[in-house]
Amino acid sequence: MLIFHLGPLATSLFSLLAILALVLSFVMLASHWLKNHVYAFAAESWTIAAISASIGYYGHYPELYIIAALTALFRGTFLPYLVLRLVKRLDIQREFTPLLKPSSSMIIGAALVIFSYEVSRQLGVALHLTDNIAVLALTCMFSLKLIGFLMMILRSEAISHILGLLVIENGIFLGSQILVPGMPALLELVIIFDLLTIVMAFGMLVRFLQTHAGTTSSRGLQKLVG
Amino acid sequence: MVNFDALIAALWIIPAVAIILMLALRLPHLAEYLNLLTSIAVFGLTLAILVAVPDKALVTGEQYILLTPLGAWVLFCVGLVYLLASIYAIGYMRLLPEEKPRLHKYYALQAGFALTMLIAPLMNNPGIFWIAIDFTTIVSAFLVGFEKEAECIEAAWKYLIVVSAGLALALLGIILFYWGGTFVLGPTYALTWANLREIAPKVPETLLFLAFLLTLVGFGTKVGLAPMHTWLPDAHSEGPAPVSAMLSGALLNIALLGIYRFLSIVDSGGYSLMGHTALLVLGVISLFVAGLFIVRQDGAKRMLAYSSLEHMGVLAIGFGFGGPIAFAGAMYHMVNHSMNKSLMFFGAGNMMRAYGTKSMSKMRQVLRYYPVTGALWLLGAVAITGAPPFGLFLSELTILRGGILSPNPWAVWVMAILLILIFIAFMNHFRRMIWGPEPEPDEVPTLNLSLWNSLPMWLALIPVLVLGLWWPSGLWGFFQQAFMVQP
Repeated sequence: MLIFHLGPLATSLFSLLAILALVLSFVMLASHWLKNHVYAFAAESWTIAAISASIGYYGHYPELYIIAALTALFRGTFLPYLVLRLVKRLDIQREFTPLLKPSSSMIIGAALVIFSYEVSRQLGVALHLTDNIAVLALTCMFSLKLIGFLMMILRSEAISHILGLLVIENGIFLGSQILVPGMPALLELVIIFDLLTIVMAFGMLVRFLQTHAGTTSSRGLQKLVG
Repeated sequence: MVNFDALIAALWIIPAVAIILMLALRLPHLAEYLNLLTSIAVFGLTLAILVAVPDKALVTGEQYILLTPLGAWVLFCVGLVYLLASIYAIGYMRLLPEEKPRLHKYYALQAGFALTMLIAPLMNNPGIFWIAIDFTTIVSAFLVGFEKEAECIEAAWKYLIVVSAGLALALLGIILFYWGGTFVLGPTYALTWANLREIAPKVPETLLFLAFLLTLVGFGTKVGLAPMHTWLPDAHSEGPAPVSAMLSGALLNIALLGIYRFLSIVDSGGYSLMGHTALLVLGVISLFVAGLFIVRQDGAKRMLAYSSLEHMGVLAIGFGFGGPIAFAGAMYHMVNHSMNKSLMFFGAGNMMRAYGTKSMSKMRQVLRYYPVTGALWLLGAVAITGAPPFGLFLSELTILRGGILSPNPWAVWVMAILLILIFIAFMNHFRRMIWGPEPEPDEVPTLNLSLWNSLPMWLALIPVLVLGLWWPSGLWGFFQQAFMVQP
């Protein structure tokens, strides 16, 4: 298995990239400008593409180069482009009704990272993997997941919800690249395309929301209760 | 030997061709009959697959297709509900003259929704099963929002966001399962249900539990188990009535099949009790939440949506009890609920169109204005609350009987009490609709319902009644067989 046969250089490279992706998610937490969110998301996706490519190199999985290229192309370029176009079309520059200030949300985010680390450490002990890169990968995967959920909870704009979901998916992708690089490539390809369709579906629905419901904020969507 | 490959290929190709034809020809009237023909063919094929299904798991299509008795049963439910909903859709959509120019799009989406649901239960790869479930969500979200009113779009949006977020958790669980397997089978192996079951005994307990709980919560969101059910009442109440029937009667079963398959992985890992109890507890919570919301509900379809939550709770409890008796009860309940819930949504759709409101307090003297539809609807309500002599009574009783012998007998009592509560609440709502005060003069319904509106209600009610009076012994044998085979 790859995680057992990594040299020190590869380990530090993977750690650096994984932590970079995690830091980028904090950039998203700290800003209320939707454009910044999209740029941070694009950068995060490129980081994950770099992880895929370097794992392909160190682990001798040539198919991961294709995955890396597609990740950079779709997640890093095309998806951010679609979301940016949506931001422009809806003419929403920033998140107006955040539940918490950026500083408070970052503190909650930090707490979530600590929680993720604790869960991953426990898993690492159970699997006899302490001090392994796997613990870091699990930490990043769970943290991105929880931070994505946090973004969806704290913000009410529809676009922020899409971005939160994308951060969650990025977290899963990051973790799966390091933990299970041998997973059938077909599955990863299909997941990339699945993500694309779902974002397009979101885009269409957001426009319907604007024209037919008159709002794109979940605070305005309160007709259906009970 | 039946050629399953050909049957399954036909099952997928016929709807696909129909969708292309509907979108290419753009003829509303042709589309409705084309969809009806497709659904008849699909129903026939699912029935043929069910009759011929072998008594062991069949893997075909280069390892990508898995056919098991339970899978064939779920597939049959899809075919059945799709047929009923297609008959009803003709009557229902004709009541919406403003949608006529877009009718071919509606039927293409409906056939597409059925197609995604015909694919998912046959997937041998949990990852691809996950993707198929994701596609059912995307297609059905557009059906929920089809009428383009503010409420419909709001429901579709919430549905898509909540379910996608939930399913993301399930994907994480699947990846953790696969990761657990890499310690046993090496870095690359085929991701199949059978492989995951094989590695389960060698995976550390913590990892197995974590992965299972993530998939349980993820697919539980799709099943609509409380407390992840928040999308369900919105989506089921705002879509057109035939879509509500398909969401409730067919889609929820498929997600539950997924949960049951993951449960079988935990079972073969030797941690059966924990997995079953987790599912059982979610089922009990769902029943409780459904009961509370049914008591104080006014929207007719919202009440039925909470009733779906209730019945998914009953199914989760049935599968959670484990053991052959509760399992057979749960399978029997699945088909009974599929038919009965379709019947209820059809009745609600008719009454909503007739009275021009969703509110039950404004639907008054239903039996006087609509003796046939109203009576069918009332009988359906008696059946759906689990009263004799209908099929759901037998299946719920069987689940309760199986539960007494299970490791969690406490849930039998909770389930029985909550079912009685729901029965009272349901009957109270229907009492007000039937014997309530006269409607205001300007609220007297004048709509004439056609045979298309009542025929599917007959077609659903009669089997539910027959299955309540007579449990075919062949069916009992089939359920026992299905219990013995890995799902």
